[in-house]
Amino acid sequence: MHITVDQDKCCGAGSCVLAAPDVFDQRDEDGIVVLLEARPAAGLHEAVREAAAVCPAAAITLEQAQERV
Amino acid sequence: MTTAPHTETAPLAPTAPLAVPATRASGCPFDPPPSVEYARKEQPVTRATLWDGAECWLVTRYQDVREVLSDPRFSSDAKRPGFPFLTAGFKELASSNTSSFIRQDDPEHARLRRMLTADFMIKKVEAMRPQVQGIADDLLDRMTEGRTSADLVAEFALPLPSLVICLLLGVPYEDHDFFQERSRVLLNLSSTADAVRVSQDELLAYLEKLAETKRHEPDDGIVSRLAARGELSNRDIAAMGRLLLVAGHETTANMTALSTLALLRNPRQLAALREDPTLITGAVEELLRYLTIVHNGVTRVATEDVTVSGHTIRAGEGVICTINTANRDEGVFPGSGELDVSRDARRHVAFGFGVHQCLGQGLARAELQIAIETLLRRLPGLRLDIPFEDVPFRTDMGIYGVHALPIAW
Repeated sequence: MHITVDQDKCCGAGSCVLAAPDVFDQRDEDGIVVLLEARPAAGLHEAVREAAAVCPAAAITLEQAQERV
Repeated sequence: MTTAPHTETAPLAPTAPLAVPATRASGCPFDPPPSVEYARKEQPVTRATLWDGAECWLVTRYQDVREVLSDPRFSSDAKRPGFPFLTAGFKELASSNTSSFIRQDDPEHARLRRMLTADFMIKKVEAMRPQVQGIADDLLDRMTEGRTSADLVAEFALPLPSLVICLLLGVPYEDHDFFQERSRVLLNLSSTADAVRVSQDELLAYLEKLAETKRHEPDDGIVSRLAARGELSNRDIAAMGRLLLVAGHETTANMTALSTLALLRNPRQLAALREDPTLITGAVEELLRYLTIVHNGVTRVATEDVTVSGHTIRAGEGVICTINTANRDEGVFPGSGELDVSRDARRHVAFGFGVHQCLGQGLARAELQIAIETLLRRLPGLRLDIPFEDVPFRTDMGIYGVHALPIAW
């Protein structure tokens, strides 16, 4: 799994931090998403998929294919 | 008794456009109106008529609601022609030229919202938990001292979020009667345009004066920091302050009281939560889904022709996304009509969806988790102190809930 985040799209709702706190954080100055781990361990994948699903601004993109190479 | 704008019995099979705000079925105060539930099942994108005879679209299913609310071609700007207003009062608010970013589109919306996102981010909210817990305990100490009954709304559910948002904003809590009365007028579906204008002006004047004071006597509250940025007028700050003040206490207050009532009416769920307090986080998500107190939906207007589930919504046509029926979508939440505190309900849209999704949702979640957990822990004998049929539901308000909740313990 490879994660990218779009900080311009992010609206700072914080739902990704609640869903996957080991992978996402918020910038101190404006609460915008910060990616802590672009290639998280397998045990975190489900939480990351949930974070992407609940993101109201579609700011989180997941790519799976590269994992299989 | 209070009445909703449309009091006729909801038709089971609407042939004419559906009248909104629609009426709930008697005896089913936790469920969306039957006419809108019917639409979700049979005509998920349908036409509706508003109080003033204007027509708009009603979007009732989960996926469609998420699509509309995250599509920038649907505008939140209430000044655009065709914007649907649920009441005369809401129309007055929109025309008064004091809208906050909730009624603006990006990029201006994002610019203003980002001045506040840090104040509500998860680590800030987590740091506030001990303070919120302290407030909850103090309120319950006072409520229970030497007594065995009280109104949960007046003594706990309302003061808790009200105290918290006052602390955050730097608004003196001793003024709470003033702003709570005005909030009630702003949110009452039957308020006249005149009444709304007066309450709105008084509230804005109060907050403008507060912003001016903070320019000379700064503190670490939000109003003070907005003033210190130097790029906003007192009026701009007042408009943002009004949004935070009203949204910050009415919503959580009503969720707290209505959740308590819903749990009392579902003893197995209440027992499960009491037995395993770690369920509280998920239980709050499920209560948000099941109760969806923004019960009349979220409004937008199309800026281009957009097709939603086969229906072309033309530029200039209004849309109401009924998030309460979206949260009852069987395809997403099987057994959606049942409250189930063990359900994974995190994908609900009770806070809306898209870039306007509730800014204070992290705080709301923490407040609700603390309020409900503390209440259940401290009052093991908690019960309703009036017949269920006599509970005064807020069918007349923009935010659903109960006007009062007499309880005993």
